[in-house]
Amino acid sequence: MNGILDFVAGLGRAVLDMVRMAGKVALFGAVALSHVVRPPFYWRTLWGSLVEIGYFSLPVVALTALFSGGVIALQSYTGFAQYHAQNAIAGIVILAVTRELGPVLAGLMVAGRVGAAMSAEIGTMRVTDQIDALTTLSTNPMKYLVTPRLVAGTLALPFLVLVADILGVLGGFTVCVMKLDFSASAYIAATIASLKVMDVTVGLVKAAIFGFLITLMGCYHGYHSRGGAEGVGAATTAAVVAASILLLTFDYLLTDVFFSQ
Amino acid sequence: MTEPTPKIRIRGLKKAFGPKVVLDGVDLDVMGGTSFVVIGGSGTGKSVLLRCILGLITPDAGSIEIDGVDVTTLTPRQREPYMARIGMLFQNGALFDSLSVWENVTFGLTAAARMGHGPRLTRAQSRARAGELLEQVGMDPAVGALSPSELSGGMQKRVGLARAIAARPEILFFDEPTTGLDPIMGAVIDGLIADCVRKLGSTAIAITHDMASAQRIGDRVGMLYEGRLIWQGAPDTLFDSGNPVVDQFTHGRREGPIKVDVRT
Repeated sequence: MNGILDFVAGLGRAVLDMVRMAGKVALFGAVALSHVVRPPFYWRTLWGSLVEIGYFSLPVVALTALFSGGVIALQSYTGFAQYHAQNAIAGIVILAVTRELGPVLAGLMVAGRVGAAMSAEIGTMRVTDQIDALTTLSTNPMKYLVTPRLVAGTLALPFLVLVADILGVLGGFTVCVMKLDFSASAYIAATIASLKVMDVTVGLVKAAIFGFLITLMGCYHGYHSRGGAEGVGAATTAAVVAASILLLTFDYLLTDVFFSQ
Repeated sequence: MTEPTPKIRIRGLKKAFGPKVVLDGVDLDVMGGTSFVVIGGSGTGKSVLLRCILGLITPDAGSIEIDGVDVTTLTPRQREPYMARIGMLFQNGALFDSLSVWENVTFGLTAAARMGHGPRLTRAQSRARAGELLEQVGMDPAVGALSPSELSGGMQKRVGLARAIAARPEILFFDEPTTGLDPIMGAVIDGLIADCVRKLGSTAIAITHDMASAQRIGDRVGMLYEGRLIWQGAPDTLFDSGNPVVDQFTHGRREGPIKVDVRT
């Protein structure tokens, strides 16, 4: 009996901790967002974050999208060829890339690259008193460090996903035409026929939300890191894990909202 | 005749972290234009005291008055004008890695201008002003182009000092300014601190466990022990205070009223 009670008590504590954590993150995000409309604005920090997230993530996102598009084409061919439905491959590739693979893979890549770096940078600033120094120099750390990064993440990820969409389709096209001997013109025509503005738009909306979540996790865990190098390492891991889980959870929720009918 | 109001007056300041009581009713007066040095062992709450005054930590009880205004009751926005009058040198310099040395030095000036507390400077003007400030702390203005990671510990402390005095603050705080420095560089930093405080006419509070540094910087010295300031006096009485706790600490004796918890 005591064992069952202990288990239930432990479960309850875990749920309460999770709810408490969710509340803290929500409050942190709300405070950071409130600074979007309140001057002063740190345009240089915003520009730096845009370049860091949007430009320097391009190679990793581009390569991931290119190969993922190719893999989808190959796997679809393996399945569809049995039913002589190869014509559907172009449609499958563009649907998969614009709705799911583009936003999710770009998001996961950015979470690993930028979320971790952001958490480590802000975490190091925390444990070396740089964040306290900002306060003593009449600068609000949330406004200076967090808000520009959240805005940059929200703006940069749709751009990266647009690139990922194009390169994912190109990957599928390359595999189909160069390896599977599809007609290039027929593939392009099928791709254009299957392209839906709604799919691309929803993918970009997802990307913006993912960008916000990734940078929110990076900033939150970095901002609250404690205990020197070990604490910064733990914060970095927590930021990437939390961002990845949140990203996949929100992907399901958004897919359900936009495409469930 | 009424007594002059202290620049900084602290009464009954308390702060605990869970069951650990760090500050247990600190009372302190620091008169304008004077330097007060707080000494005490590691973990006795010296840094917590400074952080409470700066508003980085919220105290559990007590008051902190600056020019007669209790700043613990102010909102962050109401505190801004007070923060603009304060300069702080952190223990490890706390220079911003992502900015060059000259941008670090003028960071506070730029921030104050953004908040409408000072004139806006162009980048060229800021860089020139940073050069002047670096010269004031005995550094070559050309250092301004370097990154903080390219500087030695002593140079980082001097850049931190230049950043702290950039806005000509009325109040200066120094958190263990000589920790991690060799004795000669420690004396250089202490000399620069004393010069800067004198030239600016600022009120200063420094915390340290370096007795030589305390004597060089302070007009008065106080010892924090078990959450309270148990002794205050002139720096030249530091080694002969008449208080057994202070005497044990300043002479570095193992035996005495201070029990050090040494676990093997």
